[in-house]
Amino acid sequence: MSEIKKISGTAVPVRGNDIDTDRIIPARFLRCVSFDGLGEHAFEDDRAQDKAKGKTHPFDDARFQGAKVLVSNSNFGCGSSREHAPQAIYRWGVRAIVAVSYSEIFYGNTVAMGMPCVHVSAADAEAIQSIVEADPKAEVVVDIEANTVTAAGKTFSATVPEGPRKQFLTGGWDATSELLKDFEDIRSVARKLPYVNAFA
Amino acid sequence: MAQTLYDKVFDAHVVRKLSSGQYQLFIGLHMIHEVTSPQAFEMLRDRNGSVPFPERTVATVDHIVPTEDQSRPYKDDLAEQMMKAIETNCKQFGIRLYQPGSGKQGVVHIVAPEQGLTQPGMTVACGDSHTATHGAFGAIAFGIGTSQVRDVLASQTLSMGRLKVRRIEVNGKLNPGVYAKDVILYILRKLTAKGGVGFAYEFAGSVIDAMSMEERMTVCNMAIEGGARCGYINPDQTTFDYLKGRPEAPTGAAWDKAVEWWKSVASDKDAVYADVVKYEAADIEPTVTWGISPDQSVGVNEAIPSTSDFSATEKANIEEAYEYMDVKPGQPIAGTKVDVVFIGSCTNGRISDLREAARVAELHGGKVPAGIKAFVVPGSEIVKKEAEAEGLDKVFLKHGFEWRQAGCSMCLAMNPDKLVGRQISASTSNRNFKGRQGSPSGRTLLLSPAMAAVAALEGKITDVRPVLAKKGA
Repeated sequence: MSEIKKISGTAVPVRGNDIDTDRIIPARFLRCVSFDGLGEHAFEDDRAQDKAKGKTHPFDDARFQGAKVLVSNSNFGCGSSREHAPQAIYRWGVRAIVAVSYSEIFYGNTVAMGMPCVHVSAADAEAIQSIVEADPKAEVVVDIEANTVTAAGKTFSATVPEGPRKQFLTGGWDATSELLKDFEDIRSVARKLPYVNAFA
Repeated sequence: MAQTLYDKVFDAHVVRKLSSGQYQLFIGLHMIHEVTSPQAFEMLRDRNGSVPFPERTVATVDHIVPTEDQSRPYKDDLAEQMMKAIETNCKQFGIRLYQPGSGKQGVVHIVAPEQGLTQPGMTVACGDSHTATHGAFGAIAFGIGTSQVRDVLASQTLSMGRLKVRRIEVNGKLNPGVYAKDVILYILRKLTAKGGVGFAYEFAGSVIDAMSMEERMTVCNMAIEGGARCGYINPDQTTFDYLKGRPEAPTGAAWDKAVEWWKSVASDKDAVYADVVKYEAADIEPTVTWGISPDQSVGVNEAIPSTSDFSATEKANIEEAYEYMDVKPGQPIAGTKVDVVFIGSCTNGRISDLREAARVAELHGGKVPAGIKAFVVPGSEIVKKEAEAEGLDKVFLKHGFEWRQAGCSMCLAMNPDKLVGRQISASTSNRNFKGRQGSPSGRTLLLSPAMAAVAALEGKITDVRPVLAKKGA
């Protein structure tokens, strides 16, 4: 599994708190047996509603196409556990997310997928959004190793919880192989749990 | 040292500390359904993986199942494809599957407790955020994504961090017309949709102690709406009484040993919590959401709040909610006209929910007015059978409600049950997110089954208490 230390590219600002996974990928697109093709439906209803109001959603905005970093605010990815949500964002082209906070389940999904989500302060999230709105070509660097996000040369401090940070830096973000190591240890925990053994 | 249930159960399931510092956690009960599992099985096949503990995974189908015509193949090709995938996957890996018609099918979070699969002291995982429901039994239960479903299938374990625990006490006695749904909506309003990120919620206090298991499931179900990945209630006699005699519950000598162990996993009296909050039952009213997040709610006699009632950082969200819902601050929530009423879901699709909605319909005595669609979706085949044996289906039909077959239905509208255009629904489900109920511009008001029933009969949001008082609640 590959190490993930740094992601650089342009960024797409998606402003708002509590952006839920139903908005990221509406349930009708969950009628599938593969994640392929979800990218084009990311934020589909939000995009259509913005269009109807004469506005342009950042995911439709020509200036933000090709962005690798998504910048949002607090509690991003709340609601449904659907991995389809981070998969849709990833398949649209995003490789890292910068926000104030995330829902736990969404966060776990992004770690397992190898798409780092870093935490910044509320003020810094807005500052980074303003920088990329003013200059969509600005390079944004998410540096897991240095615990920073740099936007147009300005550096902000960023954090990743210690566990996932190590997973990204060591390439251990895909946990399956490590979980399967020493399988006998799993059996031995199971043997100690009274309910696994029918309370015998 | 005194410990919380969360820490005791977590510790008992740790296999090892991983190189990342996360814990490898054994999962005692894994449930799967047709929406979030097909990709997990594909990933498993890609790695030539196997399922070493097939007896610890149980499957059912709920999200895409039609609640009217359930004949196969389904009219929706994609739904049919998903059904076939779970059938094939369960067969190949030796996993039990509760199919429609088996008598055991239904919403996964209703089915597992019904069968006695969910028990105190377990770790429970499912590719569904409302897995928090199972915490009602004193289990550590949480939703996971598809890659993690693959991990559980492949290893019966997950990589997890440890959460802090916030104890939420609700004390006193609930007033008539105030239900478990109102309690959790009230808690969400107080603690916000993100207040629980990083926490497990331990629900306690005399109100929670007095609740039935079904009410406790309603409360724990929506812990996730407050950002808490799991919510739980310490097991007690109510828990044991519910489990006794269920198909998967221990029997004989094993039962006594089980109860002893279950009692031992409850939080110690002097356990230390990262945070404690206390609420008074008397302050809780029948509650209705007005916005696009489950924490945006008011008591039925209150008006929609103004932005000045919220912190500055919330202002944009509140304004977005006004615009989407087409409501104004100061406007009373009571009297809001509804087009559709949905009674069901993993939050409120259990027999006690249907009994209370039917009782309200009888007390009210009216009929769902023309132009309003009201439908009742039992949470499982067992709930349906039980309701029919009690004649609840006939009560609903008599009052103009439709009576359907078991499934998730319009909670998330992956099946044919959907809002149309800007319709407003009064819904006993758990999420009022934009577009949640199948129409990208549809609107949702969350409330209790009793409040939903009266909304259907009046065609608008109405306080249920005068109806209940009519003949004494």
